[in-house]
Amino acid sequence: MNEHRGFSIVKIGNVLLAAVEGEISDREAEELQNSILNKIGRYQVHGILVDLSAVDLVDSFLARSFSETARMAAALSATVIICGLQPAVAITIVELGLELENVLTALNVDMGMEMLERLPAYGQKDLAHG
Amino acid sequence: MVKQQIITIRREEDIIDCRQLARGRARKMGFKLSDQTRIVTAVSELVRNICLYAGQGTMTVKECNRKGKKGLHLIFEDLGPGLDVKQAMRPGYSSGKGLGLGLSGSQRLMDSFKITSAKGKGTIVEVIKWLPAKNWQP
Repeated sequence: MNEHRGFSIVKIGNVLLAAVEGEISDREAEELQNSILNKIGRYQVHGILVDLSAVDLVDSFLARSFSETARMAAALSATVIICGLQPAVAITIVELGLELENVLTALNVDMGMEMLERLPAYGQKDLAHG
Repeated sequence: MVKQQIITIRREEDIIDCRQLARGRARKMGFKLSDQTRIVTAVSELVRNICLYAGQGTMTVKECNRKGKKGLHLIFEDLGPGLDVKQAMRPGYSSGKGLGLGLSGSQRLMDSFKITSAKGKGTIVEVIKWLPAKNWQP
């Protein structure tokens, strides 16, 4: 049983890396959203990688929270990339009928970083969506 | 066989306890990771429904056997306002607080799904996930 809960956010260069670990409560998901948005402003970053490789469940609340965060970040001219979704979680998201709207995904954090670097201008949604 | 376990749901934090209890039980029964994830996701949706709409309720976890098959049987009960089952099962239907995928989504994630509700009296949702024969760990 995974006892560790929560998230951490670190700034690497001009990118924020938000790592979520284990079980995250609805309230923590809201804190994560606020924290990401505040740090975008404070550190003037244009890319946010959300590492979910240690998360074993994404339900409708969490999915909605991530897709809201991505839209809010876009309003701040920043791009959110969800990284490292576990296969079992990806299966469940689709079966549940969820859509990670406006959310870019990458297989892992390294590939997410490469995606950010390839964006000619961070945070421009039409560019982000190719 | 472990007997049934019951958790009282009172606040949003209880969602995590319910998920962990269900995952622990599913893992012990031998469900593979993808089925464990389906089960805990359905639990998360159904317990959140109780928190949002009824305020409080219970989750009961037990094992069941039918025609030589072994399954994980979860029962979610509340004494809340009840709902119009036909309407609530429609994907996308929401009374405003959720995404409208809780009930229909949980039905897709589980093998068996039964809901009974009476206006003003409460709602009971029962779901079962059957253990595939090759996962049997006697």
